[in-house]
Amino acid sequence: MPDFFNLRNKTILITGGSSGIGLATAKICAEYGASIILVARNKEKLIKALKQLEGIGNHSYYTLDLTSDDCIIELANQLPKLDGIVLNAGMVKRVPIRYIKREDLEYMFNLTLHSTIILLQNLLKIKKIVPGSSICFISSVSSKKISLGYSLYSSAKGALNSFTKSLALELASKQIRVNAILPGLVQTEGVKNGNLTEEQLIEHLKEYPLGRFGHSEDVGGLVLYLMSDISGWMTGSLITIDGGYTLR
Amino acid sequence: MEEELIKQLEDILELDKGSLSFADIFRDFDQWDSMANLSLIAMLDDSFGVNIETDRFRELKTVGDLIEEVRSRMV
Repeated sequence: MPDFFNLRNKTILITGGSSGIGLATAKICAEYGASIILVARNKEKLIKALKQLEGIGNHSYYTLDLTSDDCIIELANQLPKLDGIVLNAGMVKRVPIRYIKREDLEYMFNLTLHSTIILLQNLLKIKKIVPGSSICFISSVSSKKISLGYSLYSSAKGALNSFTKSLALELASKQIRVNAILPGLVQTEGVKNGNLTEEQLIEHLKEYPLGRFGHSEDVGGLVLYLMSDISGWMTGSLITIDGGYTLR
Repeated sequence: MEEELIKQLEDILELDKGSLSFADIFRDFDQWDSMANLSLIAMLDDSFGVNIETDRFRELKTVGDLIEEVRSRMV
């Protein structure tokens, strides 16, 4: 049987890798042979996450505050050569436009966009991203289908989508592929701690034709595809995975 | 604090100044909708630094309940 999703000898960096979509992705990629480097803020959670990674690769972690440029540059210098990067760090904030504070705006865009650009820029400068590698952003379906109160989140993810395409074009000559995944609502701790009531979630679920919200592994499986050589002709794509949420 | 809260809630519900009282059930007003709900939660955070969990927020019925909850959390 052909081994389309073989990630042996690939080193993959995953930001926001200690929980949710990041961790599920790390587990799947590890099972398919990759060496995983997890990056997140919380050391305790990272150690716990690392213990859950199996497979034949060498797994490691770095603690990092992605909103500090100095920390990002230091991390870029410490990292080995990378075959895959999954940029998953982010946050959800639900607030009406009239109550958005400048610090909310700065934090959201710093974490979602600015830090990502600075990290990739520094990795590229010191040639840590090898030709043939794959970069994957975890964006959101909220960048396309608007929900009440998510202007900050949606606009940051929308900007990320545009950056995905710009970067894809710039890196195509190096055979580095860049894509973004736009998931619908995925049931993670972040959602459980968010400001949607149980009733609101039940109401929202009616908008999902497949009858369920996403699991982190749904997104992780798509990342596996993007990290594998079988997706070698895909770049600049914004891939929706949402149980049919955007069909109507 | 209560005057300011009532003033801001009147603004969210598009009511005339001085028209809200402690006994009013804020969800009963015509202008109450999901945007007003969201705005009220954001206003409490913005103006009073108070974050009320969604489950607790659901239990608050009157303007007075709201004021008591905010007061207890500001202490």
